Amino acid sequence: MPDSVVTLEHAKKAFGDNEVLKDISLSVAKGDVLAVIGPSGGGKSTLLRCLTLLERLDSGRLAYGDVLVCESDAAGKAEYAKKESLREAKKHFGLVFQNFNLFPHYTAAKNVADPLISVAKMPKAEAYARAAELLEKMGLSDKADMVPCDLSGGQQQRVAIARALAMNPEVLFFDEPTSALDPELTREVLKVIRDLAAEHMTMVIVTHEMSFARDVADQLLFMDGGRVVEHGRAIDVINSPQHERTRAFLANYQEG
Amino acid sequence: MEFSTMLGLLGDGLLLTTQIFFVTLIGSLPLGVVVALCRMSRFRVVSTIAKFYISILRGTPLMLQLMAIMFGPYYLFGLQMGSDWKYWACDIGFILNYAAYFGEIYRSGIQSIPRGQYEAANVLGYSRAQTFMKIVLPQVIKRILPAMGNEIITLVKDTSLAFVLGIAEMFSQAKALAAREVSMLPYAIAALIYWVFCLLIEFVLGKVEKKLDYYHA
Repeated sequence: MPDSVVTLEHAKKAFGDNEVLKDISLSVAKGDVLAVIGPSGGGKSTLLRCLTLLERLDSGRLAYGDVLVCESDAAGKAEYAKKESLREAKKHFGLVFQNFNLFPHYTAAKNVADPLISVAKMPKAEAYARAAELLEKMGLSDKADMVPCDLSGGQQQRVAIARALAMNPEVLFFDEPTSALDPELTREVLKVIRDLAAEHMTMVIVTHEMSFARDVADQLLFMDGGRVVEHGRAIDVINSPQHERTRAFLANYQEG
Repeated sequence: MEFSTMLGLLGDGLLLTTQIFFVTLIGSLPLGVVVALCRMSRFRVVSTIAKFYISILRGTPLMLQLMAIMFGPYYLFGLQMGSDWKYWACDIGFILNYAAYFGEIYRSGIQSIPRGQYEAANVLGYSRAQTFMKIVLPQVIKRILPAMGNEIITLVKDTSLAFVLGIAEMFSQAKALAAREVSMLPYAIAALIYWVFCLLIEFVLGKVEKKLDYYHA
């Protein structure tokens, strides 16, 4: 796929005897939104952690555009690229955590600006201007000088999204971005993600919000037991799932 | 004896007390970082050695450690140390002992920082050194401040153990004066000075704590 931002092939990952990912392949095209759904313990988070290099695959191939992250060697064991390549790969993606993971000792503005200054080596004034711009986009202009503990969960998550966007990633990963939020705060975060989708931001979203996944995602991937059970157009998978397990999962969800 | 003479002698002692106090801090605060990092090392040999070091230095009396450093060179190796050796032995003993305690406080602070902080920094591209210096360390300092305050205040009073090495710090001076004058007064004054010393530390630590109070994690 020439315009794919991220490509994962035959990914396997085990923790001890526990095989969490069993031969997962996926690729996300530029501008696409992929939603990943499935029961807890199905491997969704591990998949995201492997994609964002927080965990290492046991075997498989992972690449961001032209930058190869890892590839199976002759014995089938994933061999990771050198540090410089991994650093290069990290510039291609951003990650939004379930628990925000903002830096508590930095203001909202500094949370967004500091990575630009410390990592991207952007001049300070420029970095803070970019931070202000992004916080405004997130509807948080008046919160720029506040520290995370003085913000609501929804506001913190929006700062976290601004922080990830600041680095200009080609793809943004979300790990259950609203699971730590109550319904009202969930709505404001989902709105921001919807807006990003409308701007054709490439995104991979692990979520339990089915109607959101249906509305926002182009593709949907249902994972269970470390495997991709079903993968297709989001509307199709949710409205007319082909596999029994997908049906059962979605039915459970609708019952609440 | 004139009251002012007594104060002067106690003041001489206070000078040495203050010197032991600051030399110990200057030596043990950074050495504690090394102890903590060794203790948390992935290499079993290193972490085991650090564990043993901490266990010995916390598990035996500081007074005994001071004596061992003072007289060890002679009893073990037959070395005749100069008359200055007691000051060196005192500083070495205090620094080694306090580094063990500080190391454990640092470790508790470092290990209390949620893994998510490291992961967020990692994904954003911070180097390991940047992550430690910019993200982890400032949060650790805030968290360990109360425990450090405890230890630093204990150190003020522990300096009196230098007495056993024949160093004329404030407690030694007070004891000598009390014996000569057959009076409680030197002890009372010394106690007051120790207390004021600690009050000053509490004041400074209180200021720092307040300065870091702008956020909570």
